[in-house]
Amino acid sequence: MTGPRGAGTAAGSSHSAIHAWLLLLPALVLLVAFTHWPTAATFFDSFHSAPKGARKAVWVGLENYQAMAGDPVFWQAVRNNLWFAGATIPLSIGLALAMALWVNERIAGRAFLRMAYFTPTVLPMIAVANIWLFFYTPQYGLLEQITGAFGLPSHNWLGNQSTALACVTLVAVWKEAGFFMIFYLAALQTLNPSLREAAAIEGASRWTFFRRVQWPLLMPTTLFVLVNAVINGFRMVDHIFILTRGGPDNASTLLLYHLYEVGFKFWDTAYASALTVVLVIVLASVALFQFFVLDRRVHYK
Amino acid sequence: MQRKTFHSLLAATAVAATLGWGPARAQTTEISFFYPVAVGGAIAKTIDGFAADFMKANPGIKVTPIYAGTYQETLVKALTAHKSGTPPVTSVLLSTDMFTLIDEDAIVPIDNFVKTADDKAWLASFYPAFMMNSRTGGKTWGVPFQRSTVVMYYNKELMKEAGLDPNRPPQTWADLKTAATKLTKKDAGGKVTQWGVQIPSSGFPYWLFQTLTTTNGAILANEAGTQVKFDDPKVIEALQYWVDLGKAGVHPPGVVEWGTTPKDFFEKKTAIMFTTTGNLTNVKANAKFDFGVAMIPGNARKGSPTGGGNFHIFKKATPAQQEAAFKFIKWVTQPERAAQWSMDTGYVAVSPAAYGTDTLRKYGRDFPPALVARDQLEHSVAEFSTHENQRVTKALNDGLQAALTGTKTPAQAMQDAQREADRILRAYK
Repeated sequence: MTGPRGAGTAAGSSHSAIHAWLLLLPALVLLVAFTHWPTAATFFDSFHSAPKGARKAVWVGLENYQAMAGDPVFWQAVRNNLWFAGATIPLSIGLALAMALWVNERIAGRAFLRMAYFTPTVLPMIAVANIWLFFYTPQYGLLEQITGAFGLPSHNWLGNQSTALACVTLVAVWKEAGFFMIFYLAALQTLNPSLREAAAIEGASRWTFFRRVQWPLLMPTTLFVLVNAVINGFRMVDHIFILTRGGPDNASTLLLYHLYEVGFKFWDTAYASALTVVLVIVLASVALFQFFVLDRRVHYK
Repeated sequence: MQRKTFHSLLAATAVAATLGWGPARAQTTEISFFYPVAVGGAIAKTIDGFAADFMKANPGIKVTPIYAGTYQETLVKALTAHKSGTPPVTSVLLSTDMFTLIDEDAIVPIDNFVKTADDKAWLASFYPAFMMNSRTGGKTWGVPFQRSTVVMYYNKELMKEAGLDPNRPPQTWADLKTAATKLTKKDAGGKVTQWGVQIPSSGFPYWLFQTLTTTNGAILANEAGTQVKFDDPKVIEALQYWVDLGKAGVHPPGVVEWGTTPKDFFEKKTAIMFTTTGNLTNVKANAKFDFGVAMIPGNARKGSPTGGGNFHIFKKATPAQQEAAFKFIKWVTQPERAAQWSMDTGYVAVSPAAYGTDTLRKYGRDFPPALVARDQLEHSVAEFSTHENQRVTKALNDGLQAALTGTKTPAQAMQDAQREADRILRAYK
């Protein structure tokens, strides 16, 4: 926006600045009230004790952070979460890409396939978890019927320390892949068809075409999907409430679930604030790394 | 999840603020009332009906029932609203959250409102088993409303097939193990197709575990809620019995899911299950076979923990609102209403007088399983509850799951849980 020409330029530009701020104001008020202020308040609370009844919060310095360092459930949640994120991120992105390439081809029933792959995304996570709860049920669950058909012994999938985390991870991958597929599919459809023709004329194999042409051109999408996948790797806990409630013996507790338990079951709001601060710092640094380091390596057009 | 909770919380607070603290209309006291729904059935309809009937009888009071989610969500909403200064006037919350509510300075003792002889008679009319979770330090903090207990459901047809008397369910631990052994079926490959007994252990295993500790003569926490006895040899013995059922191959290995246990029972994957009386209506509707309900098998004694929710009155409401809430609570727990509530939901009616009403007497004659929970009440004990309740409970739950999945021995698991609980409760000694 440029101000009126001539004598009134200075006044005009300050006028347009006010105009701009007024336009930004509604969004800014919401952001400050519901994102920035709570973040600052959480940071502040994490250095205080939890107020309880008539007892007010007092300054305790780093005590909450020391408690965190000595909390075995916290460390177990960190380990679990790294496994969970480490498995869901590559698996869901890889699966999304494979599905997108598949449904981008001219095949019979393409619309149906696309819809089928996207369905998990539109279901609420709680509903998904309730469906999977019965997939995993020992004896008559879907999984048991399949393994039973091969004569394998019955297994209590969610009720066993060694398989519970893998089970909740699988649900997350199933839920996420369809969502990411949509982004890849949209990106694939914007690729110029002459590239494929040129590659065909050169006699490039499908693999070479994917590796040398499609994959580099999809990089901006991959970065976007990756940022989302990383965030979701630490944010998706809804299904834990239904499937395992963090059990058995914390085998499937993730960081955010632990945070919920500390904050809203134990009412130790101060310690929960400290956990939040750590989670925010970790996620913010990962996001910054992705935006400033990975972004430079991405090929845009 | 959290954002969703937060949104509904905002909405609930807004509703509470407009209804409870808006400009007061002449002589009308408005009371907001949070309630959770934890079982199937048309709970909301029954509650709204109670509120409407009460307002008809008491024109000066306006009751606004607000559905607030599960027990856990209701507690979160009520306590967060309390911290922001505008709690509901009254709320139904888990009886085990009593210490939490007291520590947060959120509720007032019910005794404050008990003045007349009639009030006193009313407060004395509840089953003593339900009052154990409602009293501490000589004061009453909650009024029993939707209360339950754990009972044993068994499949009569499978009992008959296994050569057991379907009208004589297991009475003792030894009976239960013998019956479960006979009721366990395997296919040609040695794979179990039907378990003898199933005791769920996901989510809140401590509650089901109390059926074993109580019958073994152990009480897990003191009345003041400041000390626990997880490493008592009787407690370890009770856990050993549970673990041994699994080792003997008559109970599923690992952690058994609470939510799918009734379904396992309907599918004949288990012949006997332990679950809440709150599932009675569900089982009655879905079991395609003749079933029975019995008290938990005893060992040193009979027994089972109670469970479920109490009415509480919040401190930050005005005295007029508190009085009005008290009036509503007293009205809604009268025998006829308690009988109605029990039949509609499957919860145990809270007073002997309710079982004396014609309606409930007739219901019990036609459907005797409905009376098992009542008969078991004289043996029942308080549900496990302490200060820092959920944190101490988690220490116990983690220990139980570790023992059931075989990563720790029962003795080791209970000693670890004891140490953790002692650490959490050290400030309350």
